[in-house]
Amino acid sequence: MSVFIARRLLQSIALVLVMSMLVFLGVFAIGDPINTLVHPDATEAERQAIVEHFGLDRPLYEQYGRFLANAARGDLGRSFRFDEPTLSLIAQRVPATLELAFAALLLTVLVGIPLGLYAGLHPDAASSKLILGVSAFGFSVPTFWLGLMMVMVFSVRLGWLPSSGRGATVELLGVPVSFLTWDGLKHMLLPAINLAFFKLSLIIRLARAGTQEVVMSDYVKYARAKGLRPWRIVFVHVLKNVLVPITTVLGLEFGRTIAFAVVTETIFAWPGMGKLVIDSINVLDRPVIVAYLLLIVVMFIAINLVVDILYSVLDPRVDLEAQR
Amino acid sequence: MSSSHGTRPAAALRRPRFRERPFGRAMAEYWESPSAVAAFAVTLLVILAALLASWISPQDPYDLAKLDLMDSVLAPMEEGASGRAYALGTDEQGRDMLSAILYGLRISLSVGIMSTVIAFAVGASLGILAAYRGGRFDAILMRVVDLQLSFPALLIALVLLVVLGQGISKITLALVIVHWAYFARSARGSALAERNREYVEAARALRLSDARIVFIHILPNTLPSLIVIATTMVARAISTESTLSFLGIGLPITEPSLGLLISNGFRFLLSGKYWISFYPGVALVVAIIAINVMGDRLRDVLNPRLKR
Repeated sequence: MSVFIARRLLQSIALVLVMSMLVFLGVFAIGDPINTLVHPDATEAERQAIVEHFGLDRPLYEQYGRFLANAARGDLGRSFRFDEPTLSLIAQRVPATLELAFAALLLTVLVGIPLGLYAGLHPDAASSKLILGVSAFGFSVPTFWLGLMMVMVFSVRLGWLPSSGRGATVELLGVPVSFLTWDGLKHMLLPAINLAFFKLSLIIRLARAGTQEVVMSDYVKYARAKGLRPWRIVFVHVLKNVLVPITTVLGLEFGRTIAFAVVTETIFAWPGMGKLVIDSINVLDRPVIVAYLLLIVVMFIAINLVVDILYSVLDPRVDLEAQR
Repeated sequence: MSSSHGTRPAAALRRPRFRERPFGRAMAEYWESPSAVAAFAVTLLVILAALLASWISPQDPYDLAKLDLMDSVLAPMEEGASGRAYALGTDEQGRDMLSAILYGLRISLSVGIMSTVIAFAVGASLGILAAYRGGRFDAILMRVVDLQLSFPALLIALVLLVVLGQGISKITLALVIVHWAYFARSARGSALAERNREYVEAARALRLSDARIVFIHILPNTLPSLIVIATTMVARAISTESTLSFLGIGLPITEPSLGLLISNGFRFLLSGKYWISFYPGVALVVAIIAINVMGDRLRDVLNPRLKR
């Protein structure tokens, strides 16, 4: 196990280095940030001062070298727009995104698994067909359009829920959170459902397919023959085995949730990382784009590693040492 | 080819007709599902509507001379100052939404189909080559595929577009880069399975050229799973393109796909003027659902493992 983790960590570091170069060079190729940085009325001297301040007059390899050296010390550059360290800029937005992502995952698990389980246990019921229909719809409808329609129905037409922002927040361990206030919860509901909808459809399908497979297995038949109560069979024997593939998918889906938060945050003006990066792209704030992308790469590598380890813990048949 | 078969004495050796071959049987089975037939009809209709957009649209939505600013932001069927009513309403420039949707459909569909065709060709070729060659090439290619598939497609496409810039060719390229890996993995998988079959051994024993074995003998047998993936990928490509265009980093305003129309209507949505975002979205969702239903059915009939 430890050999496996050590090898994976080494591979990951190499990967992050390669990605940092690709992202840095790629983002460097776009547009001229000086025009967005410098006020149109600025004098040549002021312009020169700003260019030097951000080191934009240096050759590319030197800028990259300096970027790497700073990154090793935990400094991912300064935002052109805010003239603040990008890391602290992103760090301020992380709690909002994480809160939204966790809310979406929670919804997915609490709603998706029971619905999928039900549809798998009663495949011919009309309600199961309805659940499957909704799940098929969720697979096809683009997240952003669904979000707009939710705003249209629940905010504009019915006026039940607010359509933008985080609402009132309270500090929890020094981090502002929305879920502890009624107003914050109301603000969170629509974006969380929007972000969860695709995953929900996926989990319903997975849970249903898993249930149908497990119900046919010998040990469930045996449990029945032994006269165990139906609820015990479903919640102990069936659910436990259905959960293994779902855990893997959910782990991987967490990263996807962060990625798709870009869309949901844009629609609901949720002040998270996704909205920050879209705004940064629009004004060519290169350091923020680079820092965001690198953090995402690191996050994905970490998630993949954790999922692999979790998988081997949940399913003893998986042997990590045997891989590669 | 068939003339040489004709001279064979045994009738059993004649080339089977299309409907008798596995692929033909699967295609015949496709039509047994009413929803699959409906999905095919809807897809055909959507493609026809997109192709014929310039003939069937009530208005040329991008000829500014034809637009009447007095008719801006009209609700569906509401009569404007010019005395005309528009079936699906108008946007802020007095543009007929129905026409804009038909034209937008053309852009969205062509991006989706073009990118999938190229990704199919590139991915399948590389995948089959990797399976046939094996060794280092195979190892490196599959490492890249694994790595790429561990990141969400939307994120990769977003990064690529930030670097590449906006435009139809740019977004098509981005979608190809995002989607080729799915084809490569599937093509490699089924080609690996085929490589050890007797017929390939027989072809090798006949000293047929590698290219001939790969393209004439192995490729057709990897097609069923690739066709299923291609169908899903068209739907995904359309969805990803519209998402990126909505975010303002996909297509420029001069190439108004459905995603851009929806994005444009967002401002009006909050004041209750829903139709500018709503109807383009309906067109988008109908197209995507129809293609996905076709893909699901194709998967069912083409995948022998699912046969009970």
